Order: sequence, then C-alpha cells, then structure tokens
Amino acid sequence: MADLKIQIKNLYKIFGPNPKSVLKHVQDGMSKAELLEKHGHVLGLKDINIDIPAKGISVIMGLSGSGKSTLIRHINRLIEPTAGQMIVDGEDVLSMGKGKLREFRRNKASMVFQKFGLHVHRTVAENAAYGLVVKGVKLEEAKKQSQKWVERVGLAGFENHYPAQLSGGMQQRVGLARALATDAEILLMDEAFSALDPLIRTDMQDVLLGLQEELHKTIVFITHDLDEALRIGDSIAILRDGAVIQQGDPQDIIMNPADDYIVDFIQDINRGRVVRLRTLMNQGVSVEGPALDHDMNLEDALQAVANSPSRAANVVDGSGASVGSITLDQVIAGLSRPEVVTNPEARYR
Amino acid sequence: MAWYDFFTTVPEMEREGLRDLKKGIDSSFRDFSREFGESIEGFFDPVLYFLVWLEKLFLAAPWPVVILVVVALAWLGSRSIWIVVGTILSFIAIAYLGMWEDTMSTLAIISVATTLCIAVGIPLGILMARSDRLQAMITPVLDIMQTIPAFVYLIPVVMLLGIGKVPGLISVCIYAIPPIVRLTNLGIRLVEKEALEAADAFGASYSQKLFKVQIPLALPNIFAGVNQTIMMALSMVVIAALIGVAGLGVPVLRSVQNQYLALGLMNGLAIVALAIIFDRVTQSYGARLQKHRHGENHG
Repeated sequence: MADLKIQIKNLYKIFGPNPKSVLKHVQDGMSKAELLEKHGHVLGLKDINIDIPAKGISVIMGLSGSGKSTLIRHINRLIEPTAGQMIVDGEDVLSMGKGKLREFRRNKASMVFQKFGLHVHRTVAENAAYGLVVKGVKLEEAKKQSQKWVERVGLAGFENHYPAQLSGGMQQRVGLARALATDAEILLMDEAFSALDPLIRTDMQDVLLGLQEELHKTIVFITHDLDEALRIGDSIAILRDGAVIQQGDPQDIIMNPADDYIVDFIQDINRGRVVRLRTLMNQGVSVEGPALDHDMNLEDALQAVANSPSRAANVVDGSGASVGSITLDQVIAGLSRPEVVTNPEARYR
Repeated sequence: MAWYDFFTTVPEMEREGLRDLKKGIDSSFRDFSREFGESIEGFFDPVLYFLVWLEKLFLAAPWPVVILVVVALAWLGSRSIWIVVGTILSFIAIAYLGMWEDTMSTLAIISVATTLCIAVGIPLGILMARSDRLQAMITPVLDIMQTIPAFVYLIPVVMLLGIGKVPGLISVCIYAIPPIVRLTNLGIRLVEKEALEAADAFGASYSQKLFKVQIPLALPNIFAGVNQTIMMALSMVVIAALIGVAGLGVPVLRSVQNQYLALGLMNGLAIVALAIIFDRVTQSYGARLQKHRHGENHG
C-alpha cells in the first residue's frame, strides 16, 4: 500500500474561451460562482492534490457537477488540464508527447465507462480484444488472449453476441473484460456501475472485489454513491465544486467528517454495515469473551458481543493476535446516528 | 416626380450597364473555356474511356449473362426472393419491349456516376465531419447543387466540354453527390461519444479511430447516402439525354417532342423499374448492416 502509483499535484481545470487568462484569479481564491459571473469561465477542478497508492481501490466521490468525471479523465488525459501535474510512476502524464501518451494509454491505464462505451458493431469477443488490437495484436490472437477475461467476468458462451443483445450488467462485464485484457496496472472506472440496477450493481462490486483480490491493480473508482464508495474503497476522496474537501480512510471519514456537507452525506448510511470494530475498539485492553476480527462490521459483531457473558469481546487482527477489545455499549453507540446540524442553505441541494 | 415614386419604381440597373455585365461574364467564360476547355476534357479522359468500355461490355455481353449478374447482385444485396423475381421479370419485359440497349447504356452511366460520387463524396464527408469550419463552407455549396435548376448548370458545362458523355456525367454527379456527402458527414458526427472516448482511452491512433470505429458505426447512414445518390442519378437520366448521353432518356425526350405516348411511358417505366430495384436492394442491404444494433437473429 505504501508506494504511490499516481500523484495528482495542484491540478486545475477551467472551462471557457481562455482558461489560462483567469487561472490567476482562481489560484488567488476566486469562487466558482464569482468566476462565472465576472469572467464567463466555468471552474472544473480547483487545486486538486491526491496521492493514489499502488494496488488499492481509491474512490473519488461527489455529486453530479462536482468534477469527478473531469478529474478521472485527467489521469489518462482524455481532458487537457489548465495547470498542474499528474505523475504516474514518476512521470508526468500531462507533459507526454502524442506518441508517448498513446503508449501510456495502451499499456499502463485502461478505462471502464459509465455508459459502457462498447462498440456496437463488434461482438463481445471482439470488444474484449479491442485494447489488444489497438496495440497491434492480430484479431484472432487478441481474442485468444482476452478469452480468459471474458470467462473471468462470467460471459463464457456469449462471445459471439453483440452488445445490443446483452443486459446492462452484462454489457458492463464486457467493458470490464476489455479493460482487464490489456494487462494495464491502472484501472480507471468512471461511474462504472452507476447505470446498473441496485442488485446488479452489488453483483458487479463483488466481481470487482473478487478480481482485485488476485490482481492487485491500482484502481481509481468514481462514484456518486456513498454506500458503493464505502463498500469497495480502501481510501476515499470527496469532491465538491471541483475541490477535494476530505480524503482518507473511509472509517476516518465516517467518524470524523470534515464539514456539514460530509455530515449530511453520511447521515443516511447503514453504520452497522460500514463501521468496523478496529475503528471503535479500546486499543490494547483485553477482556473475557469471544475473539472477533478487527475488520468485522458492527452489525455482524452485535450478536456475538451481546451473547458474551462479559458483554464485551476481544478484537484480533488478521494473524489472530489480540489488538484490543470492545464493549456492547460501544457497539450500540457506534450504530447510532451522530447529531447532525442540518444546513438548509447548503448549495448542493 | 411625386414623393411616392420611390415605392412604385423598382430600382433597376441601367439597361446598357446590365447588358455589358452579362456580356462581360459570357465572354470571359468563353475565353476561359477556349483556354482550358481542352485540358479539362483531357483530365476527364480516363473516366470517358471507362464509361465507354463499361457500356460496350454491357452491350456485348449475352443478355442471359447480364440478367444473371444483376440477379446475383440483387440476391447478395437483399437476400429476398421477391426482389429477385421482380428483377428477372423487369429485365425480361425491358428486353421484350425493345429497350435493352438503352437500359444497358443507362446502367453504365449510373454505375460510373455512382462510383464517382462515392469516391469523391465519402472522403469529402469525412473531412467535413472533422472540421466545423469546412462543414460551414461546404453545406451551402451542397444546398446550391441540390436546388439550382439542372438546366442552369448545363450551360457552363456544355460551354466548357461541349455535348457528350462526360458533360452528361458531370451534370449527373453535380445533382447526385450532395446526399452521400451530407450523410457521411452526419453519420460520422452521430457516432456515440462514449464509443469514441473508449477508442481514445485505449490509445487508438487517428486512423484506427476513423477506419475501425467511426466509419463502421456510420455505415448505415453512409449507405443511406449511397442509396439516395443512386436514386438522384437515375432521375437525371432524361436531362442528361439533352446533352447527348445515350440511354433511356433519349426515347423519352423524343416522345416529348413528337407526342409518342406509348414510347414515353414504356421508357419512363423502365427507369422506374431500375430505380425500384436499386432502391430495394440497397435499402435491404443497408438494413442488414445495422442488424447488430437491434440484437436479434444472432449467435
């Protein structure tokens, strides 16, 4: 987890006829509304700094218009920035020449799209092989190489179907297989599951988590859905009006929200499923009672803790060593929703 | 002079000035065609040779072979037994009623005109799709080409190239090329943004995007353009006959001048038969091209 794969540094994106001319105002702190009113430019991203570790799932979340899809498109430079750096493996993507950028996109970062972005005139097998074909692999050979990914995402038997014959969930599996087939270390997922039904979405999240367990790719995942973010994210960055307002461990964001916006965001989540024992435990203290894994969530732990004669349980880490303990009162307190100061003037409503 | 004269008299150029203006334009164009007419004609020589060769080929081939080839093409395009039967019957009727030779000439010029329009029109449409400025420049030209009465551009074409097959071919192309250009442009512009973005994200080069994504996805529209181009070329057959293009237009023209009702009707219906065959075959081929969009009858 420790080594950084992607570093986003002081990234700005301004939309309009002459973005460079107004960059100075934004850097001096002009707001999005003021910029639009006085200069007719739209602020897309404002001073973004995010470190994305290798081999983890980093979620960038925000509501529509927060700039999250713009941000992910800077990583493989589908959108040109106004200022800033995008350092991937020590190299600035934003200063690459055309040929080098193409190599980067072919080999290093592949992408999954919200509306799938499949080529409707190609079969499932041909779509999955697309990234390899672009690299110059012959179609038949590319199909052979990508076949294992078609099978891995559960589309065996559908190789010769066209995308229009598949359901949304199956189409996105094709999108995923296509992205995996190039063996890129970085997987960019732009609201990849947002267009799917809730059940299918959970299903696809499981597929992704299962794949990640063996592949250990660096995944950047965009979503507007907090439950999704908490379910799959190793770290989360929350975006609002083109700026990052909080980033870090999901547990930390739930327990210590940075501002009213985030408080509002997290008040409706199911804390029992999201908060884990390690977040609430008393470190180092051991008690009489059962041993529970530190990554267990409160909902799962509740019964075991309540049944324990001491009304408490020990918490152990992945290797089984005791790291702390937790009481029933703490579990119940953890389940309750914190007081929320609702802010009726909030602009995002 | 009453005050209202301004409203009742149309402001008009002086008669002499106007005459000089027209004369000037006429004589300078005449000079131009004297100067360059021959080299322009020379430029089109290869097309002329090809057209003459094709016409001779159609005429020299035994009639059953011609029908067989046409029917084979109709079957490959449409996969419909009804269209095949209709094609056979039409061609036999055409032959029986003494219109075989004119029909072969018309087929030849339509084939060459369509090929020419596709060869020029599709690349032009692709360029237009790439640049908004080019689109803004070409669109009004296409509008003019489609709306200006054909007789008007016959004048400069005949002045420049005289009477014959090449000027006829050019007139047909002027009229028939706009749909293929427009629909190629439109088809490429309508390609789904995400499909293109995906190609970009996987590092496709410009030509990989154009030939493997944009053109295949635009193909149904491009094909509709080909269909329209063929139809419009056919509708120019009679006007082309005015400047000496052999084919079904010639007897039609003759019957207009001499009030031969039966002759005019028969040749007119022969043109209609060709048009219906071309239309049905190209349309059902175009429909088969987009089958994959609807998700039926596959795999």
